Amino acid sequence: MANTVTAPAKVAVQMTVNGTEYSAEVEPRLLLVHFLRDNLGLTGTHVGCDTSQCGACVVDVNGASVKSCTVLAVQADGAEVTTIEGVAKDGEYDPVQRGFWEMHGLQCGYCTPGMIMSARALLRRNPNPSEDEIRHGLEGNLCRCTGYQNIVRAVTYAAGEINGTGGAESVAAWEQRVAGQAS
Amino acid sequence: MSAAVEVPEKLVGKPIKRREDPRLITGAGNFLDDVRLPGMAHMAVLRSPYGHANIRGIDTSRAKAMPGVVGVFTGEDLKDVNPLPCAWQAGKVQNNVNTPRVLALGKVTHVGDPVAVVVADSRYQAEDALAAIEVDYEELPAVVDAELATRDGAPQLHENAPHNVVMQWSCGKEAAEVDAALAAADVRVSERIRNQRLIANAMEPRGSVGRYDAGTGEYTLWATSQAPHVHRLLTAAFVLGVPEQKIRVIAPDVGGGFGSKIFLYFDMPLVLWLSKATGRPVKFFEDRSENYLHTAQGRDHITDVEIGATKDGKITALKVKTYANLGGYLSTVAPGIPTTLYGRMVAGCYKIPNIHVDVTGVYTNTAMVDAYRGAGRPEAAYLVERVCDLVADATGVDPADVRRRNFIQPGDFPYDTGIGMLPYDSGNYEPALDRALEMVGYQDLLKEQAKRRADGSGKLIGIGLSSYVEVCGIAPSKWIGLPGEGWGAGLWESANVRVHLTGKVVVTTGSLPHGQGHETTFAQLVADELGVPYDDVQIEHSDTLGTPFGFGTYGSRSLTVGGTAIYKSVAKVREKAKQLAAHLLEASPDDIVFEGGKAYVKGSPDAVKTIQDLALAAHVGYDLPEGMEPTLEATTFYDPPNCTFPFGTHVCVVEVDRETGQLEVVRYVAVDDVGNVVNPLIVDGQLHGGIAQGLAQALYEGAVYNEIGELVTGTLNEYAIPKASMVPVYELDRTVTPSPVNPMGAKGAGEAGTIAATPAVANAVIDAVSHLGVKNIDMPLTPERVWRAMHNA
Amino acid sequence: MFPNQFDYRKPSTVQEAIAILSSDPDAKILAGGHSLLPAMKLRLASPSTLVDLGGVKGLKGISVNGGAKIGAMTTYAEIRDSKELAKAFPLLGEVANNVGDAQVQNKGTLGGALAHSDPAADFTAVVLAMGGSVKAVGPKGERTISADDLFVDLLTTSLAADEVLTEVSLPGRAGKTGMAYEKVHHPASGYAVVGVAVVIPTGTDGVPDSVRIAVTGATSKATRATAAEKILSGKKLTAENIAAAADAVADGLELNGDHYASAGFRKQLLKVHAKRAIERAAAQVS
Repeated sequence: MANTVTAPAKVAVQMTVNGTEYSAEVEPRLLLVHFLRDNLGLTGTHVGCDTSQCGACVVDVNGASVKSCTVLAVQADGAEVTTIEGVAKDGEYDPVQRGFWEMHGLQCGYCTPGMIMSARALLRRNPNPSEDEIRHGLEGNLCRCTGYQNIVRAVTYAAGEINGTGGAESVAAWEQRVAGQAS
Repeated sequence: MSAAVEVPEKLVGKPIKRREDPRLITGAGNFLDDVRLPGMAHMAVLRSPYGHANIRGIDTSRAKAMPGVVGVFTGEDLKDVNPLPCAWQAGKVQNNVNTPRVLALGKVTHVGDPVAVVVADSRYQAEDALAAIEVDYEELPAVVDAELATRDGAPQLHENAPHNVVMQWSCGKEAAEVDAALAAADVRVSERIRNQRLIANAMEPRGSVGRYDAGTGEYTLWATSQAPHVHRLLTAAFVLGVPEQKIRVIAPDVGGGFGSKIFLYFDMPLVLWLSKATGRPVKFFEDRSENYLHTAQGRDHITDVEIGATKDGKITALKVKTYANLGGYLSTVAPGIPTTLYGRMVAGCYKIPNIHVDVTGVYTNTAMVDAYRGAGRPEAAYLVERVCDLVADATGVDPADVRRRNFIQPGDFPYDTGIGMLPYDSGNYEPALDRALEMVGYQDLLKEQAKRRADGSGKLIGIGLSSYVEVCGIAPSKWIGLPGEGWGAGLWESANVRVHLTGKVVVTTGSLPHGQGHETTFAQLVADELGVPYDDVQIEHSDTLGTPFGFGTYGSRSLTVGGTAIYKSVAKVREKAKQLAAHLLEASPDDIVFEGGKAYVKGSPDAVKTIQDLALAAHVGYDLPEGMEPTLEATTFYDPPNCTFPFGTHVCVVEVDRETGQLEVVRYVAVDDVGNVVNPLIVDGQLHGGIAQGLAQALYEGAVYNEIGELVTGTLNEYAIPKASMVPVYELDRTVTPSPVNPMGAKGAGEAGTIAATPAVANAVIDAVSHLGVKNIDMPLTPERVWRAMHNA
Repeated sequence: MFPNQFDYRKPSTVQEAIAILSSDPDAKILAGGHSLLPAMKLRLASPSTLVDLGGVKGLKGISVNGGAKIGAMTTYAEIRDSKELAKAFPLLGEVANNVGDAQVQNKGTLGGALAHSDPAADFTAVVLAMGGSVKAVGPKGERTISADDLFVDLLTTSLAADEVLTEVSLPGRAGKTGMAYEKVHHPASGYAVVGVAVVIPTGTDGVPDSVRIAVTGATSKATRATAAEKILSGKKLTAENIAAAADAVADGLELNGDHYASAGFRKQLLKVHAKRAIERAAAQVS
């Protein structure tokens, strides 16, 4: 039922995105992803579906990864938001970004910002995930290019950097396990 | 070779990490929806809710009065705009070409057919106004199944296509000759094999932004495009009637395509037309559900195959009758897929003396079908690889031996299959098969399979093989272009290589990436061939302004055709540099050695002119040999003499739950031969992704329409593309048989995984339950289908 | 992808929320939003007003004291990560970890899942099998609705339009209790093609009393499998009894089917997964 005779009142929102405070008056129906992309110009967060499946739009809200296409901007009022643009610090990539670059964890790159945001959240909860835990933890993110193997390697690399065993070393160990299972 | 000249390390063959990635991992990529222009308005599309209907009238008055609405437009407003063209009219379809109009006029042929558009200040407002458009439809009976659509009494989509037939096409020997061979065969098998409809699902949906500049009369189109030059040509000359030079097409970063972004779509000319009509730049970016309804889909074949074989598993005859569902209208190259790229590939990597293929292209009340990753070859490979297993089943010969006994042999190349494909360039099929069987531990698996079957322990094991060959690097223009059979145009590629005064190199190419890493691979090639630092090479692409014409990226042709154009341009630059070096070093050009970016006189490696010295000299131009033009650059338009034919063997091992049909892929081994490899990191990535898509066709994906033409699997909630947890680890290896067709010896890798994986996985699942008498199961091999096959067998 | 217009209200008390709901029959409660917002994006739902419970204090939180009380706005992630629940009701964390994906778990709420009564949700069946109940607050005050009475039909509960589900209670048990949930994921949506939740409480003699089995995914709403329950209740957990109960799991139920899995196949899945769930639960009490 379209109820467009009188437009609902706009609502004031204020949020801190990548460390910068923003405030705006928005329509209640404005999705967080559109607020980030269209109001703030942070176009690194992508839209790949309309049913909350693909995860291209994943951002952190108050430290938890969420699909910004399934959150209203007004629901994020007062929140701390981190998008892909806020991940690298002082030009230095985050370990997950490094993992994706080193391990060829992306091809077209469209799912990549959401994938990186989800992988970071996964590693915050579990800095030493098994392959199954990585695959399960990324179920909310679809990639059509890589077949996921290099994403698993990328997250394994990042885990190695974060937990101190070393990125390349962790991937090598994973590859050895795989070869061991195979033989 | 002289020890005194330092030659930089070669980059070709090295796993260089991609130069595209820094922008993509930081959110700094620039995709279509990221394009923002001052004053930009947004378009929303009203789509047919009916599979088949006449439009009696459209009332847009209420919508026009809605807040923020700039304009509302219907097919009537665009009556004078031409329909979209069908470029590849294979099978002589000229008499019944029915292509979509920019907006439907008078009738709709599938759910999702664009009927009207709203242009508004925001997309939210445009969507609001759609609800206020009133369309008076007269619903008509619909038909969605290609075979049923050809029967007497079926609903007719287009007046000029009786029985909804687009074309009847055939290849190979005469049917009677193949019938005789079938009759004479020791063993005969027949089967109906379906290749279900798939939705490409590039993670970035499609979109367009159009801007008309009233001052210059020029149009700019940003589009999610695998072929911007072709889109300019078709939009300008075929649809809008605007001079081609007045349109510029830019493909920004493209978020995957898999074929679906090759074609011309309604929105491309439409946003340009609307921009002129409204005086505003106009953006359209489809929702995923819109993508499901109207972006071209893939596959959808029903095939009846008859097979003749000897007792020891030699295939002697193959008779193929295929219905190819092409949807409600013809998409840009649709008829070419089930003909040239499918029918002419059904021999696979086997010597089959008698083949006859019939293909009937059919209109139905479904979305258009066109090329999707592999385009025809996956359907062919699936068919012939199922055929091998059916022969194995009928003769008792091991499936690996059936393949081995029928393989084209290394001494046979170039090999003509006799069904109208170009001769296979090179191949050595058995080593890939042997290596794959060795990696997977074939003999042990067979024992384990037999044990579990006998004692009922554990899950059932299935082992599936797929020895594939495919055609890449399309294609020689004189073959692919032939009107009535080919697509009436060439398939060459172009490149300009320019060494600037500073020694920096700019390559402009008509080839372009949507995830394949062209910027990296091409730079590796140029750095090696020209002897310049990798970081000094810039690859420019994807904008018709500033790049030479190219046909686009598909058919695994970027390196083999586009890369060769670059390779040859570099060779021309090197040759000119040698001439100039000879002049500066006061020697004969014949005595000049050019290696590692340095030129010197044979035997005098101490006096060198670097490529940078020569670029400077060529640009300043005051000391050039008589008759030499300034600057150092060259352009090549490369038309390949043949296609390339990558091959390999994939082996899949599955476990099937006896009680539920639930299955798990426990091993996946792929031994591919893509010829020489420039960047193994990128090639492995292409294979991984290809395997995932092929595996997904076997197990998960399938577009389902109901009887009235509604897409039941209309969102990602119902249509399953694989998640990370739904795919196995891929174990890769390679054999290397260089292609003689191009100087790199490359064959192409973009589609191989997809082509190989579907039959490997399907064969594995069917093998797991074959001891129960199961011969075939339709894809996707859902647990229910597997369970029913087990229990009905 | 672009919802219709609506008014947005963010009350700070339950009473305020009820007042808004009472005054506007087309208003809807926004909890985690992971069922409602996707429907609104496709314009399949167009509420006039969204009443965001995100600002209401006291609707979040987990307390375990024999049984468990879980605030309606508690997310799956909070259930998944709760150390208290991991000790008392480990099944809940396991189920939460398999709802949707990590992002759904971060936003989706237990109360939202129960109030929505999606036919393929997980927690509906789990709460039903556990014999849980919900607290509903409306204009006339507060009432407790047992899970048995909560799920009425497809996407329909016995909650009134102006009632707010505030809390979920799960009873504790004196003796040992076995619990298991077995699910077949839909490959696209991740929802249950079928799900079977089994709760086996035992007395001191080790014999199960009042076994509860609930199914989801296969029926229009989460539903008790009473025929199977009867077979097991008061009897020893022998292989024979378990098999008989599993075989009867779909008896008396009207099963649905779709293009992915027919009713007949769902029946088979229910039987197999009921057996597996009962065996898992039985193993905890034997």
